[in-house]
Amino acid sequence: MNVPTMADMMAQGKQPEVLFWVGAAGSYDDRAKKISRAFVKILHQAKVDFAVLGIEESSTGDAAKRAGNEFLFQMQAMMNIEVLNGYEVKKIVTCDPHSFNTLKNEYPGLGGKYEVLHHTQFIQDLIAEGRLKIDETTLQGKRVTFHDPCYLGRANDVYESPRDLIRRLGVNLTEMKRSKSTALCCGAGGAQMFKDAEAGDKEVNILRTEDALETKPEIIATGCPYCNTMMTDGIKFKEKEAEVVVKDIAELIAEANHL
Amino acid sequence: MQYLPNILFAIALIAGIGFFAMNVRKLTRNINLGKDIDRKDNKAERWKNMIKIALGQSKMVRRPFSGFLHIIVYVGFVIINIEVLEIIIDGLLGTHRIFQGFLGNAFYGFLIGTFEILAALVFAVVVLFWTRRNIANIKRFLSKEMKGWPKMDGNLILYFEMVLMTLFLVMNATDVPFQEAGIGNPISQFIAPLFDGFSATTIHTIERTAWWIHILGILVFLNYLYYSKHLHILLAFPNTFFANLNPKGQFNNLASVTKEVKLMMDPSADPYTTPAEGAEEEVPEKFGASEVTDLNWVQLLNAYTCTECGRCTSACPANLTGKKLSPRKIMMDTRDRLEEVGRNIDANGGTFKDDGKQLLNDYILPEELWACTSCNACVEECPVNIDPLSIIMDMRRYLVMEESAAPQELNAMMSNIENNGAPWQYNQQDRLNWAKEE
Repeated sequence: MNVPTMADMMAQGKQPEVLFWVGAAGSYDDRAKKISRAFVKILHQAKVDFAVLGIEESSTGDAAKRAGNEFLFQMQAMMNIEVLNGYEVKKIVTCDPHSFNTLKNEYPGLGGKYEVLHHTQFIQDLIAEGRLKIDETTLQGKRVTFHDPCYLGRANDVYESPRDLIRRLGVNLTEMKRSKSTALCCGAGGAQMFKDAEAGDKEVNILRTEDALETKPEIIATGCPYCNTMMTDGIKFKEKEAEVVVKDIAELIAEANHL
Repeated sequence: MQYLPNILFAIALIAGIGFFAMNVRKLTRNINLGKDIDRKDNKAERWKNMIKIALGQSKMVRRPFSGFLHIIVYVGFVIINIEVLEIIIDGLLGTHRIFQGFLGNAFYGFLIGTFEILAALVFAVVVLFWTRRNIANIKRFLSKEMKGWPKMDGNLILYFEMVLMTLFLVMNATDVPFQEAGIGNPISQFIAPLFDGFSATTIHTIERTAWWIHILGILVFLNYLYYSKHLHILLAFPNTFFANLNPKGQFNNLASVTKEVKLMMDPSADPYTTPAEGAEEEVPEKFGASEVTDLNWVQLLNAYTCTECGRCTSACPANLTGKKLSPRKIMMDTRDRLEEVGRNIDANGGTFKDDGKQLLNDYILPEELWACTSCNACVEECPVNIDPLSIIMDMRRYLVMEESAAPQELNAMMSNIENNGAPWQYNQQDRLNWAKEE
């Protein structure tokens, strides 16, 4: 799969139209890597001139900041900003709402000012510009519910972009009882992904999976690699793997377009 | 002697308002114990938020049933207060229903009639609220932090309102000339017959007594505010005005940290330089918050504004799954500790004397703080834009940066980020491998 790096681009004296920020999950996590690849396939189909930082990309520091380690966060941020500014990056797209939030909201104050888009927003733009079409026959009629990632929804008020794309898939979108601004967290945010939960009577991802299962979905769509992990684990816990799949919107679009 | 009631009234009024003013001074002093934060920018949007959210109750009605009921009490409270103005003037001048002459019978009747209908509605809603709190088994009113005084406090406020509304209606019902005029008594006309058998003097005494207890009750209620959770009726306005306007996902970058990180990353900086002779010895800044005085004044204002409705807690994923964290408790603890610090300052002649306690551990436990997913559900839910998450984050910062007391797994995650730029232990050189697989 052809994924050019900023270093390659620079060597050829080129500046891509957008930088794809892959994020730690998208780079290393087996499940999330599939999302990265699906998104790259979409970028290729829409003939988007993009590049990644590759080995020059490092953690945004989101998890460190939410864990309370402002030092580590700011060190990561300043390092990344130096790299991004060195390549004169103007526009960034990412499949990870946590990177999206941090790059968009927390980097400007430290000298990193970019136009930052979540991949669902970016794909929306591609469609609006006539560069991409979604085949609405492939998944037609499938029952889909959408789980709002906190860092996309409440954190940044992006509720419509993912839903607009889902509707374009020709599927039957059913909302959970808690959705959009009242959506329940998957349980991974605030660095919870990396630790065991405190004592309680249930895991958050199980409660959220129950919300999703109430809509009797065939597909649970997400827009976040961490939500994806949590919901996938929830489905396994409920032993529903045979009936329900958890997919990122990028994967659904790649599937619909036979990429 | 004929001016005795006027004088007594004036004394009661001055005492009631004066004592309240004294507590308001204490309140602002306590809020100003917080660190400075600039919330004077973007005034237009701040006014808009205040008008929409506090005055317009826009976030209350997200839960339509309780929101609608609350609006009845809110509108009733605001409008019936016009009548209090008349009562105060009557009390001071020794007049009776002074507005009646000014406004003319028809308009005055319309006003008082409206007040009566609102009073009856408020009474009914308050009874419903009481039922919701005490009988209906609504989870957010039964949480651990609502046991004891907070529950009693909530009920006392409802009793106050029931009594005040009753007194207002009784006072009208026993005002014989008012009833005889038959204007503006849509509710009290049905109460009046209860007093039919009484002598004129008795009825008049009841009217005067109801009138006096009503206005004294209002003054007592005014002063009760400071000691209860009910300050939101005033503080909702400044609280929505000064609330955060940035995207909710944006957490502040600590400027003190920026300074140090820049120094660390600056290749020309000499770590061994000693400060220039005569330069002021800087007190090393504390990172994060372990005490109320480490929080900023908006967070402290938040704490006083919280009316313990618990919508935050009922939306909190950690709380919903049985963890100790309750965003409402975070706000209650912050307020209780701030009050304690304030009392300490008062008792020690204006300076705080160490009492061996602090907000962290003595009120809020690390276990609560670590259960937060930073999902912003509590912030989104709060009808008056309180931000419990910012307090949780500041306290985590203290735990991690001052005490290195993060849970073990988070320490591992953080050292991975430090060593290989990812929260997991992978080789930085493998970061693009995903593109070659499949």
